[in-house]
Amino acid sequence: MILLQLITDGLLLGAVYALFSSGLTLIWGMMNVINFAHGDFVMLAMYVAFFAFTLLKLGPAVFVPLAAIVLFGFGVLVYAGLVRYVMRGPMLAQIISTFGLALVMQYTALWVFSANFVSLPNTLVGGVYDVGGIRVSAARLLAGATALALTLGMHLLLTRTDLGSRMLAVSEDRVAAALVGIRPDPMQALAWGLGAASTGVAGALIALFFYVSPGVGDAFTLIAFVTVCLGGFGSVPGALLAGLAIGVIESLSAYWLGPAIKDIAVYGLFVAVLWVRPQGLLGRA
Amino acid sequence: MSGPLLRVSHLAVHYGDLVGVADVSFEVSEGAAVALLGSNGAGKTTTLNALAGLVRPAAGSIEWRGERIDGAPPHAVVGRGIALSPEGWRLFVMQSVEQNLRLGATPLADRSRLAPLLDRVFTLFPRLAERRRQLAGTLSGGERQMLAVGRALMSDPKLLMLDEPSLGLAPAVVDAMYETLAKLRAEGLTLLVAEQSMELALEIADTASVMQTGRTVLSGTAREIADSPVLHRAYLGAAL
Repeated sequence: MILLQLITDGLLLGAVYALFSSGLTLIWGMMNVINFAHGDFVMLAMYVAFFAFTLLKLGPAVFVPLAAIVLFGFGVLVYAGLVRYVMRGPMLAQIISTFGLALVMQYTALWVFSANFVSLPNTLVGGVYDVGGIRVSAARLLAGATALALTLGMHLLLTRTDLGSRMLAVSEDRVAAALVGIRPDPMQALAWGLGAASTGVAGALIALFFYVSPGVGDAFTLIAFVTVCLGGFGSVPGALLAGLAIGVIESLSAYWLGPAIKDIAVYGLFVAVLWVRPQGLLGRA
Repeated sequence: MSGPLLRVSHLAVHYGDLVGVADVSFEVSEGAAVALLGSNGAGKTTTLNALAGLVRPAAGSIEWRGERIDGAPPHAVVGRGIALSPEGWRLFVMQSVEQNLRLGATPLADRSRLAPLLDRVFTLFPRLAERRRQLAGTLSGGERQMLAVGRALMSDPKLLMLDEPSLGLAPAVVDAMYETLAKLRAEGLTLLVAEQSMELALEIADTASVMQTGRTVLSGTAREIADSPVLHRAYLGAAL
């Protein structure tokens, strides 16, 4: 029974990992740029949720979509103001620019929000369900279910709509995409907007049960990176599978090996998988 | 409106310090089929890419219905009714045949035109209809060529440009492709075909231009070109 409990906890958290990681994989897939500030986007979304509640008294039904909208705009802004320019530069410039963005975001947060850990009241989405002996908190259930639905939604958007088809076309062959009449710029801005919006939703959901601080994003950047590598760069289903797997491994190893060791288990497995499949679980070679 | 549909005058394209084409001039009249001939490296692909807006000309002009379009971005060019079936096809191999065709219709503002255009392509190439759900990456070479042409046709162009439609294909497949091109020409579509294989291209062409090392060396009716000794020298690479 404890095993089922741990797996359930892991899957619910893993779905949230999958959501913000699929944002990272979307951005990478569209323009081969790695967003090293991805976890800090999550951090920003968590603060949006926190202040929406404490200052404006808004509930999760409002602040989750609000965080998505704010982060969508922020993502487009980062693309238009930074990424579009460094993409013309060498690879190193691209890496350093988003890495620099991460630092700027963290220290700005430190300056504006202070280094204090803050959190939403854990009664905001209160209650615990007991399903056949497995205890699930309402907050985590809401987070997991929403994240799962939106990750699948992003996959459907990419594979079932003309807009998604155009985005994938740009990611596959920019020249051919231009030839059929697709302007790459709006598609790439959209990828940044959607990628950031995924961190918006994920961050606001995580804020329901996790503390917020300016440095909280680092852990999420690392998780997103491992999830995307494991699932295969550019693959949303891969990110979903890998996100869920990482959630479960974390949960199991935290219980059996201790919370301090759980990261070692995750990264150990990550290295082992890439040893066998360097392209990731669902990536193409 | 008088004058040709497309007029290319003294076009030059540079890749950094390299000269892609140095001096290319030719005209395409509405409803005509024009062949752009020349051996490998003569600059045919560079010329078509410049027309499609993929590379920016260093000098010269490209006029479409009397208006300058040189330097226009690719999406603006295809929006005006000039579609290119590019060298190497450049299909979206991770997407289905139907998705590739729908992507070809991107410039159309009126999405209700999509269904009849799709029908037209499937009528021209029944094989594509059979494989509409398959990934483009699973198609054979001949089918890929069909899809590249079909995708270009989905924008309902006035001018269809084809870069080496016979390259790397079996002779029977090439014959079928040229029959289709003749059919399109009979329907009133204007064609600009870059080809190494001159017999094929001259069969459907009204006029032709011969290129050698980045320059137009000869232009005329298909008959004149076919009979010209210059053509053979251009292909053999002898100095003129």
